[in-house]
Amino acid sequence: MPAGESYPDDLRYNNEHDWARIEGDEATLGITWFAQDSLGELVHFEPPEDGTEVTKGASYGEVESVKAVSDLISPLSGTVLEVNPKVVAEPETVNEDPYGEGWLARIRLGDASEVDDLLDAAAYKAFVDEQ
Amino acid sequence: MQTLLRTPLYERHVALGARMVPFAGWEMPVQYEGVIPEHRAVREDCGVFDVSHMGRFEYEGPKVPAALQALLSNDIDKVEEGGAQYTLLTNDRGGIIDDLIVYRVESGRFILIVNASNREPDFEWIMSRSGAGTDLRDKSDEFALLAVQGPRSLERLGLEDGTPFTWAMGEVAGIEVMVNRTGYTGEKGVELMVMTEDAVALWDAVVDRGATPCGLGARDTLRLEVCYPLHGNDIGPDTDAISAGLGWVCALDTEFSGVEELRRIKADGPAEKLVAFVMQDAGIPRQGMAIAEGGEVTSGSHSPMLDRGIGMGYVPATLAAPGTTLTIDVRGRPRRAEVVKKPIYKKEA
Repeated sequence: MPAGESYPDDLRYNNEHDWARIEGDEATLGITWFAQDSLGELVHFEPPEDGTEVTKGASYGEVESVKAVSDLISPLSGTVLEVNPKVVAEPETVNEDPYGEGWLARIRLGDASEVDDLLDAAAYKAFVDEQ
Repeated sequence: MQTLLRTPLYERHVALGARMVPFAGWEMPVQYEGVIPEHRAVREDCGVFDVSHMGRFEYEGPKVPAALQALLSNDIDKVEEGGAQYTLLTNDRGGIIDDLIVYRVESGRFILIVNASNREPDFEWIMSRSGAGTDLRDKSDEFALLAVQGPRSLERLGLEDGTPFTWAMGEVAGIEVMVNRTGYTGEKGVELMVMTEDAVALWDAVVDRGATPCGLGARDTLRLEVCYPLHGNDIGPDTDAISAGLGWVCALDTEFSGVEELRRIKADGPAEKLVAFVMQDAGIPRQGMAIAEGGEVTSGSHSPMLDRGIGMGYVPATLAAPGTTLTIDVRGRPRRAEVVKKPIYKKEA
């Protein structure tokens, strides 16, 4: 079942519809409810390799629905620690639970100050409402 | 800014929550619930597609059979009244101006259902080659067309089984329809031609009987799984029927535009062939991606039935045998695919 629309308060967001959950010097990354709803059911996750350096604002992977492919734009810079094997095997997990089981990658932060540039839930929701 | 055309069912699509997209000058539903559930509905039960954007020509007159024999690749003499035929409108080079279905109404009276994007060029081409004793009319706006497809489609519509590529007048929910035993999904089903003013009532009746509304997204994945070519992707004015694997709709013993070129290609063997392939590696092929061994992808998507990337593309004829490994350039990443026999998806017996 697809998840209902929500933008959790404990996450930070970028304008490309990616979220980050910051935990100490690490962050978990994913795509927002709005992103998965726009794409439709995901059928492929092209993950980064473990150890890859990702850069804030640059692509770190791709997700695809039947009709469309979308770059994953990293909200933060860092080093990939782990990608979510459940999403590699069952990409539709993202549609079912975009902020929980449907996380995409975990990174070690390269520059913790970048967090300050991200939107909070209220600001992101206001941005989505304009789309 | 071009204004998009709307079918008589536009309001119904919007009310059902469809995502509307521009397609061939029309504002059409790409999906309602989602491409995958719609695709499965057609493979397992019954789906309904609004394909009213397609063009309908009526071509009538004593000289029309001869005109069609000279315009179309297939043998029009093999189509009886009440019959239908898949055929190609070819140019002087044997290229494919359009692929279409021709329905014989009477000895000298035919209906042609053409692709929406080719309605105008087709009409001009046929008109420019129509002399005395022929009358060509574009009647597209007077009719709507609903494709009802899937193993339970006839049962849901209350129709008897029929022979593929035939048609008859009939009734669905008290509405008069032309029942065409044709489709673009590889499933049992019909295409119902109805007067524009009855389109909404017919749609509602078909949906009431349990057909799942399906958009152009599922239409594309369904046709790709069974390797039906899409004009503009897999075939076009610069590709020929022999290389595309459509020799079976070319009556090379008849005289039609480009037949000599097609006879030559058939005799020499095509340099390239349109093949079907299934991805062995992860990744989804898309139209325009290069094939490392030569050629490019002309259609690609995710197959809901195989749960893998699938596609078609032209490759050198030496690489066209099933089992051949191809390398698709998926945005810079080389990914392996295997050439398979068409169709890609075959129903289990």
